[in-house]
Amino acid sequence: METTAAETPRLTRAVEGRLLGGVAAGVARHLGIDPVVVRLALMALTVGGIGLAVYAALYFALPREEVEDRPEGSEEHRRKGRDISQIIAYVGLAAAFGVLFMIFGGVFDPLLWFIIFGALGATILWQQANPAERDEWMASTVSRAGPKGLMRTGTGVLLIVIGVIGFMVFQQQLQDARAGLSFALTLLAGISLVAAPWIIGLVRERDAERRERIRNAERAELAAHIHDSVLHTLTLIQRRAEDPREVQRLARVQERALRSWLYQRPADAETTVSPALERVAAEVEEEHGVPIEVVCVGDCPMDDGLGALLRAAREAMVNASKYAGGSGISVFGEVEEREVLVFVRDRGEGFDLEAIPEDRMGVRGSIIGRMERHGGSARIRTAPGEGTEVQLTMPRIPEL
Amino acid sequence: MGEESTTFSDGDAIPRVVIVDDHRLFRSGVRGELGDAVEVIGEAGDVDSAVHVINETRPDLVLLDVHLPGGGGVEVLRRVLAKNPGIRFLALSVSDAAEDVIGVVRGGARGYVTKTISGRELADAIVRVADGDAVFSPRLAGFVLDAFSATDAPPVDPELDRLTQREREVLRHIARGYAYKEVAKELFISVKTVETHVSSVLRKLQLSNRHELSRWATARRLV
Repeated sequence: METTAAETPRLTRAVEGRLLGGVAAGVARHLGIDPVVVRLALMALTVGGIGLAVYAALYFALPREEVEDRPEGSEEHRRKGRDISQIIAYVGLAAAFGVLFMIFGGVFDPLLWFIIFGALGATILWQQANPAERDEWMASTVSRAGPKGLMRTGTGVLLIVIGVIGFMVFQQQLQDARAGLSFALTLLAGISLVAAPWIIGLVRERDAERRERIRNAERAELAAHIHDSVLHTLTLIQRRAEDPREVQRLARVQERALRSWLYQRPADAETTVSPALERVAAEVEEEHGVPIEVVCVGDCPMDDGLGALLRAAREAMVNASKYAGGSGISVFGEVEEREVLVFVRDRGEGFDLEAIPEDRMGVRGSIIGRMERHGGSARIRTAPGEGTEVQLTMPRIPEL
Repeated sequence: MGEESTTFSDGDAIPRVVIVDDHRLFRSGVRGELGDAVEVIGEAGDVDSAVHVINETRPDLVLLDVHLPGGGGVEVLRRVLAKNPGIRFLALSVSDAAEDVIGVVRGGARGYVTKTISGRELADAIVRVADGDAVFSPRLAGFVLDAFSATDAPPVDPELDRLTQREREVLRHIARGYAYKEVAKELFISVKTVETHVSSVLRKLQLSNRHELSRWATARRLV
């Protein structure tokens, strides 16, 4: 036990890594030793009679360790799960020792030691089975049966055999009458202890196989999808190679389809604004072949006004596609507390707003008029050589 | 870090660049598109070789793909920046998943652009990041606005957890598709000031450890 003053943590009840009250973990941390040692010592004391009292005294005497909030996560859940099984193990071990001491009346009975040998062997074999599970989590390439594993398995089997044979020998000498029954039972127990880890191993292997099958099915589905869509589009692109516009359109359509297939949004495209805006942009892009980049911030449920906003935005995107020239269109949608804004911007020629005759403005009717009818507003900013930006604003209906 | 005497934007020097991407075809494509604007001094196709090449050649800038075999771009950032904190990274990706974008920027990249970016724009972005400024694509700007507004909880550290009105304004213009120059004109400020605002947002994005930020990114996980 090293207790360097600088690094020894205060003696507290541990929160992290505790099993019951955190006494053993806290003491172990304070002393700088493995909590298992402390727990086994406490257990031995309990069998001896005073362990519980010591534990209770420490529990009430020690302050609780202070910890910051840990983020929720599977890590903690897993730790909690392990905690319960550990508690059961310790209680079981304590009970077993208690019973054994009661039956055999002390530590000097050789029978007791053969039983302990057997149990020890079985434990080692069980341990051998466990790493397989851990390896599965960490890496698939770790081989299970290294020389160390073989040695441990051998030791485990040997201990069990010693335990079983020793038990039988002494049993026969001491109590001939019960020998028959004990022989059968002990043999059976010994065999099942040896066999259990391998049976469990087989079950796990079957689980792994099933998982692999599911993975293969997913892979097959992905392959089918890529074949149907991506390969098909690539073929089309090769055949239309002389038409760059069409090639670009095909590539964009396919990209969008693949993207939505890969990163599908859980939100329903019809019920909230931002996926709806993206869908509108996708439609316009498909029709007119000009790439549209959509960025959305925030989201809210659709209503009539926002429907009009989307139709106006669509009209603005169509206009932009016609006059934008080759370069792309940027669409930015922002849902604010009181209003929803949509900006549609192109980098085309731009135009002189004043120079356009009153009567032939699709802009005026379908964008400005539509917005104003629904209580919103539209602004068009443009100048020759600077592209055009349509700014749409629609107030939100306050949520009830 | 920005105290070097040469700035690439003035044309004093050509940035030395390492391209990290697992598609060889894409690497050679970028090489061709960039032409003489940069000097490509190395390439790598996975995390280990990338870390090796970068530490060996010490480039002015690393063009980093988000998705890489061996742990992804984030792993490259982690391992290189631990040794050479001065090396600048520009993330390049086809993925628009918020988690990837925010992840790589929080990992230390000074900018994020999508792979559909044109050669000229990419060269501009490289020069800008090599000079120590930050480069935000419209989408990244949108993500940042979303992430920083998606909370009702009071900020843990107001200095880091909140965007100023001006920063929001700059980001909104970038999201609308404005180039830095256009943003500057629009807001009646200098391009340098726009750069300062964007760098400040980048710093907040990287340093704020507000829970909302990571929770938001996870919630936006689109898979």
